Amino acid sequence: MALKIDLRRFPGFFPIALLCLVVLYAPLVVVSVYSFNASASITRWEGFSLAWYVDVFTGPESPKFRQAAINSLIIAVLAAAGATLIAIAAAVAMFRTGRFKGRTLSFALINLPLMVPEIVTAVASLIFFSSIGLGGGLTTILLAHITFCIPFAYLPIAARMQGLSDSYEQAAMDLYATPWQAFRLVLLPLLLPGVMSGYLLAFIISLDDFLITNFVKGAGIETLPTAIFGAVKQGIRPNIMAISTLMLVVSVIFVTLSWWAGRSGKSKA
Amino acid sequence: MADAGTAISIDRVVKRYGSFTALHGITLEVGADEFFTLLGPSGCGKTTLLRAIAGFDDVTEGEIRLYGQNIANLPPHKRPVNTVFQHYALFPHMTVTENIMFGALRLGWSRSDAEARAREVLSLVRLDSFADRKPGQLSGGQQQRVALARALAPRPKVLLLDEPLSALDLKLRQAVRAELKSLQRETGIAFVFVTHDQEEALTMSDRIAVMSAGRVQQVGTPREIYEAPTNRFVADFIGETNLIEVEVKRVSDGRAEVVLPGGHITQCAAASQSHAGTGHISLRPERLTLCPAEAGDLGARVESLIYLGTDIQVWARLPDNERLILRVQNAGSIALPAVGQEIGIKIEADAARLLVD
Repeated sequence: MALKIDLRRFPGFFPIALLCLVVLYAPLVVVSVYSFNASASITRWEGFSLAWYVDVFTGPESPKFRQAAINSLIIAVLAAAGATLIAIAAAVAMFRTGRFKGRTLSFALINLPLMVPEIVTAVASLIFFSSIGLGGGLTTILLAHITFCIPFAYLPIAARMQGLSDSYEQAAMDLYATPWQAFRLVLLPLLLPGVMSGYLLAFIISLDDFLITNFVKGAGIETLPTAIFGAVKQGIRPNIMAISTLMLVVSVIFVTLSWWAGRSGKSKA
Repeated sequence: MADAGTAISIDRVVKRYGSFTALHGITLEVGADEFFTLLGPSGCGKTTLLRAIAGFDDVTEGEIRLYGQNIANLPPHKRPVNTVFQHYALFPHMTVTENIMFGALRLGWSRSDAEARAREVLSLVRLDSFADRKPGQLSGGQQQRVALARALAPRPKVLLLDEPLSALDLKLRQAVRAELKSLQRETGIAFVFVTHDQEEALTMSDRIAVMSAGRVQQVGTPREIYEAPTNRFVADFIGETNLIEVEVKRVSDGRAEVVLPGGHITQCAAASQSHAGTGHISLRPERLTLCPAEAGDLGARVESLIYLGTDIQVWARLPDNERLILRVQNAGSIALPAVGQEIGIKIEADAARLLVD
């Protein structure tokens, strides 16, 4: 008989678990709740109101935030696309070219950005761009975002690819498909759940990046996170809480979609 | 140069992976309307050879000619051969019809031609009503037939089959064997079939190449392979057999005179030209008969009896302690020996065969 260790029987399991959940989520809950506060105070509850949400879209700061949001979306859409394309190419190279010299090294290099402290990447990106004479702007932000989004796009695609036998592509080539046709007509459709999952993950990572963006963006251009940071420096108003809550909702939706895309593919094939 | 009757001719093909040699100079010819089987245990090189014909693996040395044209250096999509894969590899995101049309469309057929051909092959494998299903909605046997239809649709010059029956259960496997064989006759193209199952090979093939350790051990009709094995590996691998050590007295004109354990001298067919000293003869269990102890070519003691329904297996020990197996047909009124009894064994004429070691 196997002895099953049930963690829930350990003394203090519930208090500790509860404490962890509170520490993790209480700040988010406070921000979300106070974004509906009727008063301008960030500590005193004075009744429910959607005023701060109205303020986000129509208030005096709204043009600034709108422009920042548009920038963020443009960058996230393009950076996720770029990172996903590179990640697909990397996954095909890692799983469909057999053994090659430096395979382990390549694997480490693809995933290294996950381990490197973000501040190091930020400083390095800044130095790189200024040394090649590229001024801060949408281009630098986009390039930096593509770079650090690659591992996030790569992981779901690689996971999908690993479970996919290469006999499908062999069958395609046996049936007169060129290698490119075998990729486009057979491998890519089968990879699609992983590709979608990877794209959504990269999108959300790009959307709420602050540190690297702040280093490489240059003057006069803001993304939503840097705009929020700029506003907070002049004092926290509840409209920041409303924007934060909106971003939280978008993040949760995208992460859920990413998880769901990856999962639905797994159960089918 | 191959004549029109030869579909595939494999000429001294060598395949090496680093220091490991998977194929040691294979030479084979497959006729234009032949059901040809590559038979052998796992790791013998049969699948490697099939993959080399399909183009998934390149060959280190040698030529593979398809109706005279050397295809050894062509990529798989330029070889007019199609493969039925072991696990079918049907495209899960396409319907049955789309799967079957895939090859024809890549060859540049018009959509309507490809559709017409898909309907044709679907009725050939009797799956007309499943045209719009996805492979995931079909049973294993149906998937196997779709894989067959998909491979036949672009009218390949040769069909390659990589253990396509191994994923089916026994009953279905037996039914599909007959179907495959008649499909080969209907289509009139060469089938190259890979299997490790000797019964499959014997029942379906026109000719069989028995392979082991990267070499072809023997090529012949099922009957030749079974009744006239050339060496110990083939005799042992195909069917049940007894390999008995004998002393070879003389070999000439394909006949040999050997001394059996116990001293009896007998004549038998010889697979090798010259032989001296000791050798092995193959004795099929069903070609041996029981007789009184003194009257036999061999004397033995009964060790056990195994009831098999249609037959009864008699396990016996020869004087030199070798085990010998006999099969006695369960005809109802047979007198079986008792365990421990001394018996004589008669070797039917031409049942024994001296093998190449």
